[in-house]
Amino acid sequence: MKVLVFLEQREGKFRSICNETLTIAKSLAGDGGSVAGVAVGSGLESADSLSSFGLQTLLKAEGDSCSSYNVITYAKAVAAAASSWGADCILGGATPMGKDVLPRVAAKLGSAIASDVTSVTAGSGGGTNLEVTKPLFAGKVVGTYELSGSAPKVVSVRPNSMPAVAGGAGSIDVQAVEAPAADDRLKLVEMVKSDSEKADLTEASIIISGGRSLGSEENFKILEDCADVLGATVGASRAAVDSGYAPHSMQVGQTGKTVNPNLYIACGISGAIQHLAGMRTSKFIVAINKDENAPIFKIADYGIVADLFEVVPALQTKLQALKG
Amino acid sequence: MSKKALVLVKPTPDTEAQIAPGSDGASVDTASLTHVINPYDEFAIEEALLLKEKGEFEEVVVASFCEPSRKDVVVKALAMGADRGVIIDSTGTNCDSLSIARVFAKLVAKESPSVVFGGKQAIDDDNMHVLTMLGEIANLPTINVVSKVEPGEGSWKIHREVENGQKEIYEVTLPCVIGAHKSLNTPRYTNLRGIMQAKKKPFEVIAAAELGLENTSQVKLLKVSMPPEKPPGKLFKDEPIEEMVSKVVELLRSEAKVI
Repeated sequence: MKVLVFLEQREGKFRSICNETLTIAKSLAGDGGSVAGVAVGSGLESADSLSSFGLQTLLKAEGDSCSSYNVITYAKAVAAAASSWGADCILGGATPMGKDVLPRVAAKLGSAIASDVTSVTAGSGGGTNLEVTKPLFAGKVVGTYELSGSAPKVVSVRPNSMPAVAGGAGSIDVQAVEAPAADDRLKLVEMVKSDSEKADLTEASIIISGGRSLGSEENFKILEDCADVLGATVGASRAAVDSGYAPHSMQVGQTGKTVNPNLYIACGISGAIQHLAGMRTSKFIVAINKDENAPIFKIADYGIVADLFEVVPALQTKLQALKG
Repeated sequence: MSKKALVLVKPTPDTEAQIAPGSDGASVDTASLTHVINPYDEFAIEEALLLKEKGEFEEVVVASFCEPSRKDVVVKALAMGADRGVIIDSTGTNCDSLSIARVFAKLVAKESPSVVFGGKQAIDDDNMHVLTMLGEIANLPTINVVSKVEPGEGSWKIHREVENGQKEIYEVTLPCVIGAHKSLNTPRYTNLRGIMQAKKKPFEVIAAAELGLENTSQVKLLKVSMPPEKPPGKLFKDEPIEEMVSKVVELLRSEAKVI
């Protein structure tokens, strides 16, 4: 199979999601297949580091017209690269950019599309059909889909679903492709950076989350202090967000973010179904709650029945001691 | 151009609903569940109404691709203050995101709105497909996951939320497509007066075929299953806090190997 990967970059630097997507592309392409990447932008860094993850051919749509992100032109470049290279399928990360660009690519090419999948394999019927699984209803159930049709199938993969595996590096065949002209109807005029250096919830490997029992915005500080020691990102339940203790950008759950970290520490979160839906695929879950009957303990790997205001500082002290 | 907003809405099961695979194992049994307006679509309706109140629109039209039996969601939007309702009858259809986006593109051609609004995604299949695909097919700029809309002369300023709490700020010329995020506004409640008025507002049901629906799907749902059950975890209680914490940290290091 010929698999094309949308190589996401910000300010010319390839993002780590590219390593994951290329790893999947390599296994999907199989022995007789090939893996190419399409990069759109200007001032792109060398893609050499991507060869160990499976990149063989780089299609580079580089030009001033593509220097800032624009969903219309980026989708145009990706679709054109897919057609000229003859891709059977197009993979990208289910990131804010991937989930923006890929549906436009699919619409342009008339493709079957699946987003935010947690696995993708060749379909059982042979040919170039794909089989994907993806959480539905924020993970309350899991759906398995077959993607078919003559246009390249388009798939975005949820970050942290499959680990990136580096293998032997080779040389990359770099080909310039046309950078589309700017589309002045839509202009990115400013990027406002957050003052936080923390990983986004959806990409974080460790999350520590608080519920309504935190009691106030100020009390979230104890989670932040603990998160600093752990290298974690702080999340919140809908109850905490609705009570005004945390901004919506921190909400984990069905109408917040769906997260997939290696470790999720739920502090004073009872475990409403819409919250569980957003975090149940976390690899390991620790629950801290005074109420032994809280539903969160049903999906926790490790639980501590006690007051979070005693446990969290103790946890921080213990972790700090280990770090030395 | 007529200053019209078209808001696309979808009925979805409530967020508190228990979801289970259907008896055939290849569907989700949602027929018996209470349906609401997809929560993100409420922010889209509210934004259109707020902008109409500021004089940016003369009319707010609400449309849904759904079965007429789910018309409550459109009626609720009318009760909130939208002017006209359209249902594209989905009865007996089997469509993927692409064919739905194509139908909505036909509706856009018919209605010529200056802005198409919708929620950033539906909370059932969580795809984030149709608005963006509609934009491509109808040749309109799209901005999704929007937290702020500032109308202006010539172009509008739109804030889009991306990762790490960062924002992208765009200038866009109308017509365009805007996908609403939760932080955009606070949707109004309906009141009795609105509900009574909604009953008198124009409302039409259009057959999907009339908008050129190709009743085909390149995306086939093969199986629906419950997420894998986890074995019971280890629970610590009635011990000194420091001891319980030490045990859990040790397990995270030796067993889970995540710290």
